[in-house]
Amino acid sequence: MDKKILEIQQIKREFRMGTEIVRALKGVSFDVFAGEFVTIMGSSGSGKTTLLNILGCLDKPTEGNYLLDGVNIGQLSRNELARLRNRKIGFVFQAYNLLPRTSALENVELPLFYNMEISHEDRRKKAIHALEAVKLAERMDHTPSQLSGGQQQRVAIARALVNEPVMILADEATGNLDTRTSYEIMALMQELNREQGKTIVFVTHEPDIAAFSSRTVMLRDGKVVKDTKNENVRSAKEALAALPVSDDY
Amino acid sequence: MNVLNLLRIAFKALLRNKLRAFLTMLGIIIGVAAVIAMVAIGQGSKESIQSQLSSMGSNMITILPSSNVAGGARLGGTSVNTLTIDDVKAIRKQAENVSAVSPAANSSGQAINGALNWPTTIYGVSPSYLDIRKWALKDGIPFSDEDVRASAKVCLLGQTVVTNLFPNGDNPIGKIIRFNNIPFQVIGVLEAKGQSSFGQDQDDAIIAPYTTVQKRILASIYFRTIYASAVSESASDAATDEITSILRKQHRLRSSDEDDFQVRTMAELISALSSTSNLLTILLTAIAGISLVIGGIGIMNIMYVSVTERTREIGLRMSIGARGIDILMQFLIEAIMISITGGIIGVILGISSAKLITIFLSWPTLVSESSIVLSFLVCAATGVFFGYYPAQKASRLDPIEALRYE
Ligand SMILES: Nc1ncnc2c1ncn2[C@@H]1O[C@H](COP(=O)(O)OP(=O)(O)OP(=O)(O)O)[C@@H](O)[C@H]1O
Ligand SMILES: [Mg+2]
Repeated sequence: MDKKILEIQQIKREFRMGTEIVRALKGVSFDVFAGEFVTIMGSSGSGKTTLLNILGCLDKPTEGNYLLDGVNIGQLSRNELARLRNRKIGFVFQAYNLLPRTSALENVELPLFYNMEISHEDRRKKAIHALEAVKLAERMDHTPSQLSGGQQQRVAIARALVNEPVMILADEATGNLDTRTSYEIMALMQELNREQGKTIVFVTHEPDIAAFSSRTVMLRDGKVVKDTKNENVRSAKEALAALPVSDDY
Repeated sequence: MNVLNLLRIAFKALLRNKLRAFLTMLGIIIGVAAVIAMVAIGQGSKESIQSQLSSMGSNMITILPSSNVAGGARLGGTSVNTLTIDDVKAIRKQAENVSAVSPAANSSGQAINGALNWPTTIYGVSPSYLDIRKWALKDGIPFSDEDVRASAKVCLLGQTVVTNLFPNGDNPIGKIIRFNNIPFQVIGVLEAKGQSSFGQDQDDAIIAPYTTVQKRILASIYFRTIYASAVSESASDAATDEITSILRKQHRLRSSDEDDFQVRTMAELISALSSTSNLLTILLTAIAGISLVIGGIGIMNIMYVSVTERTREIGLRMSIGARGIDILMQFLIEAIMISITGGIIGVILGISSAKLITIFLSWPTLVSESSIVLSFLVCAATGVFFGYYPAQKASRLDPIEALRYE
């Protein structure tokens, strides 16, 4: 674990709202090594989503450099960025962003459509596999409006996993889930992190979720206020087992 | 993203808004159907005029009486009596550019064969008439100059008359029929000639020596028409001039008098008719073309609406790896699909309306493949042209801004 996969140097992001300037990020710097599981915490409005969008190559910083796998993102064309988003990054949005009136399976397949190397049959197989991983295989024909908020979130996670990215960026991926389901998701994340070596950056504002990660970056007001290694990472699987079995109360 | 998937996405998007897609197509449908039908009508009439040209003989000249305005009211063309057999003889003798002349005196009446009768027209002509009209005998023999001199009661029958008076396939030759109670011996049957460019059945005719018709039926020395043949098509104008000067002399017209006859050449008539039909085709096609453009603007409008409605979808697709070109193609294919589907429906509608026009109005129509191919290409081009700007707008969206769009 010595290869830097992400390097951000003095990143600033400003939004111009008419004459007013909103400074969402005011100079953020940190590195993420390949295979790390980082959680980003901070109160609402602290700039977490803004930062994650930049990390996901969806947005560009107003100032500062962002290097992904040693490549300066600021110098890439729109098409190169699109390819990067497709192949290297699995993004889970805070607002899920599923296609309405489209089945869960097709939603999960979507990133594979933009990957010409994947055949029709492989696409189906991979999508079903990803839905199985989030325990939604039996709901794959349902459209988002026929799924609960938590189920929609799991479809969004499956979509992020389907193209086998090297890095998963999740924005409050457990925000709408009950404890059991969010632990299940965290167990999945830990598995992806440990067994497949995927780098995970996970935005949350719940401290008990952060306990499952190996490192926590704390944002406040667009600045990093704390960056701590987590010495004893909690196992999500064990936490899950420790939960009371019966839900009938 | 490959084309098949793009087609599938476009198809689904259209199915989701069936009515809207249909209404958008309507402009294209009407435009294409109009183009196909209009061109079919134009081509059909041109084609029938052209076949007339070859069947009638392009060097035919028609001389009609016309009113002399020297005194008082003008009378209708055919009610004026100015053309006589002397005129015919003068033209035959003097006009060098004319190879044949025949008068024509016609009368409508009832033809009777035993118990069967049929209303038709008898044309009193001279033997050269058949040459001038390029009309062949199917059976029997033509009448001769001798028959003309003797006012012989002999006749030739057109096909329509044959089918109506001899329905059982009897051979009419040698039989006696009656026309307005005058007995005629059938000596020949004419080839079928079909409809004239004015929709008149040319086979509904009996042809007899003009002397017989003039004396026994009309009791008149005047002719309704004189037909002549110029030695060649290019000699038509020279022949016209000759005929004019001969007839003016015959009728003793002073130089200040207007002609009391009209000379019309076939070539002139044909070119007048085809230029009218050409103009009509151009005009109708232009109107149809305008409706295609309006249809295209409709597509553009609806594509802008579609792009705006699906801004979030575009943002999402981009954020998971769609390139600008993928988004561009997605919307472009949707636009082309609307225009081509509209085009297909339009082609079907156009062909069927051309058929219906032929069936119910009996106008000749001719659906040309080139008009189908052309309107198809125009449709695809309309889709590309009018779909491009909305699609390009979509492809240039910023993923995050698109995702935030409400
Ligand atoms: N497109 C934008 N235009 C204007 N201001 C923006 C824009 N995006 C973010 N901001 C502002 O930047 C700041 C940080 O927003 P961000 O969405 O990153 O917060 P967050 O930490 O994700 O909050 P939450 O936990 O509620 O999701 C906020 O003050 C927000 O109003
Ligand atoms: Mg957020």
